Amino acid sequence: MLDITKKTKDIQGFIFINVIRALFFILALLLILLLGKIVIEGASKFNIEFIFSSPTNNMTSGGIGPAIFGTLAVTFIMIIFAVPLGVFSAIYLNEYAKDTFWTRIIRTAVNNLAGVPSIVFGLFGLGFFILFVGRGLDNVLKTGLLFGQPCLLWASATLAVLVLPVVIVSTLEALNSVPKSHRDASYGLGATKWQTIKYVVLPQARPGILTGTILAISRGAGETAPILFLGAAFFLPTLPVTDICIGDYCIPMINPMQQFMYLAYHIFILATQSSDPSKTMPIQYGSTLILITLTFLLNITAIIFRYRFRKLLGKTK
Amino acid sequence: MKETKILTKDLNLYYGQKQALKQIAIDIPANKVTAFIGPSGCGKSTFLRVLNRMNDLIDNVKITGEVLIEDVNIYEKNIDVVNLRKKIGMVFQKSNLFPKTIYENLVYGPKINGIRNKKVLDEIVERTLTQAALLDEVKDRLNDPGLSLSGGQQQRLCIARALAVEPEIILMDEPASALDPISTAKIEELIHELKSKYTIVIVTHNMQQAARVSDQTAFFYLGELIEYDKTTKIFTNPAKKQTEDYVTGRFG
Repeated sequence: MLDITKKTKDIQGFIFINVIRALFFILALLLILLLGKIVIEGASKFNIEFIFSSPTNNMTSGGIGPAIFGTLAVTFIMIIFAVPLGVFSAIYLNEYAKDTFWTRIIRTAVNNLAGVPSIVFGLFGLGFFILFVGRGLDNVLKTGLLFGQPCLLWASATLAVLVLPVVIVSTLEALNSVPKSHRDASYGLGATKWQTIKYVVLPQARPGILTGTILAISRGAGETAPILFLGAAFFLPTLPVTDICIGDYCIPMINPMQQFMYLAYHIFILATQSSDPSKTMPIQYGSTLILITLTFLLNITAIIFRYRFRKLLGKTK
Repeated sequence: MKETKILTKDLNLYYGQKQALKQIAIDIPANKVTAFIGPSGCGKSTFLRVLNRMNDLIDNVKITGEVLIEDVNIYEKNIDVVNLRKKIGMVFQKSNLFPKTIYENLVYGPKINGIRNKKVLDEIVERTLTQAALLDEVKDRLNDPGLSLSGGQQQRLCIARALAVEPEIILMDEPASALDPISTAKIEELIHELKSKYTIVIVTHNMQQAARVSDQTAFFYLGELIEYDKTTKIFTNPAKKQTEDYVTGRFG
């Protein structure tokens, strides 16, 4: 007779689950220590004045306004480059391209590109965008040295290349998650391929595409290495802004041909080339806290989108 | 004398090297229900998809032979597939409503055909819901998500959606296989109602269903059309041994 009251011993399972628990607590602890330190040390700087004012006294006092502005400006132009290109590439790859030798090479290349170290992208940006494209434009347009130098435009373009694979892969996933039966229904009603993509596939894939895009952006905004050679400046007295005037009416616009300050680079400079560490340390923590807050906000937005996306998908499956 | 709606001649279909349909020749009469029966993998669903060129969407499919719909070969080069599919509606095995409202699901087809007038769209919604015997059940909740309906209602909404583009032929791929008996009965009743206006081709696993709803029955086995005749003949006095074995449940 089998005694069903006798407890089954699962020693391996017991050890396994507890090792995992321990590892999890170590990880959580590390994260709390790291974030806690940054929050505690940076909290004193987390105010409006710090966020909007410029560094003063050889960066030993003042705020980080220009660095935040530069980060937002670079990210904004990066989005303009990366998102349309990435999303449309993914639409093409997923919906139109046939499964051939070449499209497989491209898919593999996209996945591998996501794993390339970011410093390599920086060197690529310097060599390709500044020296090749920029100098080439200068030669052709006879503009002297306008395009062929480090500036906001090329930094954005390089970051765009860096995040492109992330945008493409997440868009591909979002498109793939639209059930084939919905496409069949649309074709069965006499819709063309484009109508099906526009009215059936994209509306359902949109939250997924947005999620991936936002995550890509937050990754791009936090990068330092790629922009080292591409126009990130130690200190700039003015913002990379030029007034665009139509008659008497002027609006300030981001000038993509200028150099810029950048949050991640600013932290790097404060940490490595400080003239007085005792004074720059709090600024460094403040900058880090603000950078983390920015990327955190972006990630939260992405999580909210993903949550809504899952709910939608849960209903349709 | 019955009128032929769909006629195929020497139709062969290959998935890569594998031949899935062999020399299919059939004539499907207008305003009748024609059922395709046969065991899984016999090619009946594939053949159904030949009739509105749904197989075009799959890579590596090769089709030879002719499919004539009202004497026009739909595999001719000058045929516009999009317009062809407007003429031939399709209802799938699992309801595949879009994650939109009931109303939006119904007007999807008319809208992609360029109908924008709200009044015309409202009329289409009312007509198709009436035809699908669904109007009373959903008329107060047209702006609810289509997916909030029960399984049987969803499938009838799919049929209504197919009717919205005013097809002449309706292809149904096991439309009731995922439904309970009451919902199935409603679908069958609906098929019966619709055949006065439409030519219906239905693929089914359920032989009682084929016997109940269809006028003509075609038995497929291993990619071949074994026997095609009046439904009463197929089920009471089939000419071929294989057909008899299948309809009496000896295999399949």
